Amino acid sequence: MTSTPTAAIVGSGNIGTDLMVKLGRSRALELRYVVGIDPDSEGLAKARAAGYEVSFTGVDWLLARDERPDLVFEATSAAAHVANAARYEAAGIQAVDLTPAALGPFVVPVVNLVENTEAANVNLITCGGQATIPIVAAVSSVTEVPYAEIVASIASRSAGLGTRANIDEFTRTTARGIETVGGAEKGKAIIVLNPAEPPVIMRDTVFCAVHPDVDRNAVASSVLSMVSKVQRYVPGYRLKADPQFDEPRPEWQGLARVTVLLEVEGNGDYLPSYAGNLDIMTAAAAKVGDDLATAKRAAVAVAP
Amino acid sequence: MTPPESGTVRITDSTLRDGSHAMRHSFSVEQVRATVRALDDAGVPVIEVTHGDGLGGSSFTYGYSSTDDLELVAAAADEAKLAKIAVLLLPGVGTAEDLRAAKDAGATVARIATHCSEANISIQHFEMARDLGFETVGFLMMAHMIDPDALAQQAVVMAEAGAQCVYVTDSAGALVLDQTSDRVGAIAATVGPEVEVGFHGHNNLALGIANSVFAYRAGARQIDGAAAALGAGSGNSPTEVLVAVFDRLGVHTGIDLGAILAAAEEVVRPYMLHVPIADRPSVVMGYAGVYSSFLLHARSAAERYGVPTHEVLTEAGRRRLVGGQEDLLIDIALAMSDGRVPSGNGVVPQSEPEPV
Repeated sequence: MTSTPTAAIVGSGNIGTDLMVKLGRSRALELRYVVGIDPDSEGLAKARAAGYEVSFTGVDWLLARDERPDLVFEATSAAAHVANAARYEAAGIQAVDLTPAALGPFVVPVVNLVENTEAANVNLITCGGQATIPIVAAVSSVTEVPYAEIVASIASRSAGLGTRANIDEFTRTTARGIETVGGAEKGKAIIVLNPAEPPVIMRDTVFCAVHPDVDRNAVASSVLSMVSKVQRYVPGYRLKADPQFDEPRPEWQGLARVTVLLEVEGNGDYLPSYAGNLDIMTAAAAKVGDDLATAKRAAVAVAP
Repeated sequence: MTPPESGTVRITDSTLRDGSHAMRHSFSVEQVRATVRALDDAGVPVIEVTHGDGLGGSSFTYGYSSTDDLELVAAAADEAKLAKIAVLLLPGVGTAEDLRAAKDAGATVARIATHCSEANISIQHFEMARDLGFETVGFLMMAHMIDPDALAQQAVVMAEAGAQCVYVTDSAGALVLDQTSDRVGAIAATVGPEVEVGFHGHNNLALGIANSVFAYRAGARQIDGAAAALGAGSGNSPTEVLVAVFDRLGVHTGIDLGAILAAAEEVVRPYMLHVPIADRPSVVMGYAGVYSSFLLHARSAAERYGVPTHEVLTEAGRRRLVGGQEDLLIDIALAMSDGRVPSGNGVVPQSEPEPV
């Protein structure tokens, strides 16, 4: 195989459709299939109009193709992905999971994808995780982070029923990602839904406990360089101010604190631009797809 | 002479929860025990004990509890002879699992709070609370931000999820008299007789007690207070004043006035770090519709960046921040110090007046 790796999107809702627009721009992989379950969905109509092979009969159809995709992007639900994951793996299709199913290793493309290019299934954690874990990782690459805490504020309109029905899954999963991918010893995540109209752009605040004598310039420049790396695939990812350092306090167990204030504006591909929380998931998925496709081609190139 | 009104109202005292904001979450086991003993002896039926931002609230964002919340809940449950111990949970901050630990510590009432328009993020928590055998109360916070009918629809969501009572929660102390009773009345008319309605007031516009009376008259049968008004912003409706006023109206609270006055005066007042009053920042919060718990966080951020507290709060109102967004007070103060946000003394309300 020396041709461009191919991909399918399963799930033709808002996320799947936004991802379709992003994958359509990819040079590393070729989107071929878009699969849904609702024949009347707007997403499938757009996919058809864009020239992709489309079905509303679900994963059975996809797996019955003569030419199966190399990659599948799961943009359905955790329950659906749990049902589909083993079938993808059996068919040799690598899965990029945008649902909260968390079957495969957690990945943030700029932090740890390189360690997971061989995984049969990778999971994109949460929107708050994609926005904040790079910052925690940037700090923890310079100094020990005994504790990191993030607050994600999103527009109410951008929180779907699935998120609302299990908001604890967001806090738990994000906290775990802060630890396992971000490198903090202990993580905590908070999410706030703000119903203001016009809808507010996603905001994220990252607090890291750090040693009082930490090299503040090193921390700040690591954060700045991480922000520019994320900006390469999420153009609306912005620092609102330079990292802020607070002196140690007794209630912080004598540790100092660095605060990073972020804003995530979406690219407005299919989803509205205030929904930076959804955009950063589809942007991260597209970046993971590109990197996995590149890794596949490299693997083929070096194969004997 | 027949009293003008009759009936009963259940008072929940939130000194040890809303007061936690004003105490910068520094309650000790001794303070909790002494307070619970005095409130319980006075006949207060429900006493809420938790970090101001609920279970899991101890954090960089909201301030660290100096004593573990569950240790305080356990001490309160141990001390109370008749009173039920309540805990607060904000979905998004704490999780349903935190309820299990609170139950083990001895809490029997779960109060679950969301922003007024976001009730459906609490469904899993009500289900867990009911499964664990808690009595359940729903809090629709910042209730001034949506109209009575919309609020009633959100109350239905909580009631269907398992809330036995739904509160009009005036987190910003922004509701003015009829605005309170219209909201209480709309919920009472919508949720049906098997679900009670409650009211939680703040004194930012000095209306905690008056709003509570309006709420009662519109059908509220659970009312919150805090001894000596110890709560966020300029504090809550003082429990002892609620008792005196309802007594004068002929409404039965089951609380002994002399004993609750003693609790406020002799137990709570001596340990208060600051006396909540309707000072400039607090009135700004009531007028501009700002979450009362922002007060001390806004003050810290304002001092850190050398800008006026009341202006930070005004901007928070203009941005329509909701409960939980304390982190963005840092953003506002910083932007103000950089000149990115204009400063000035003008205060704008979030909505047009609601004439009666």
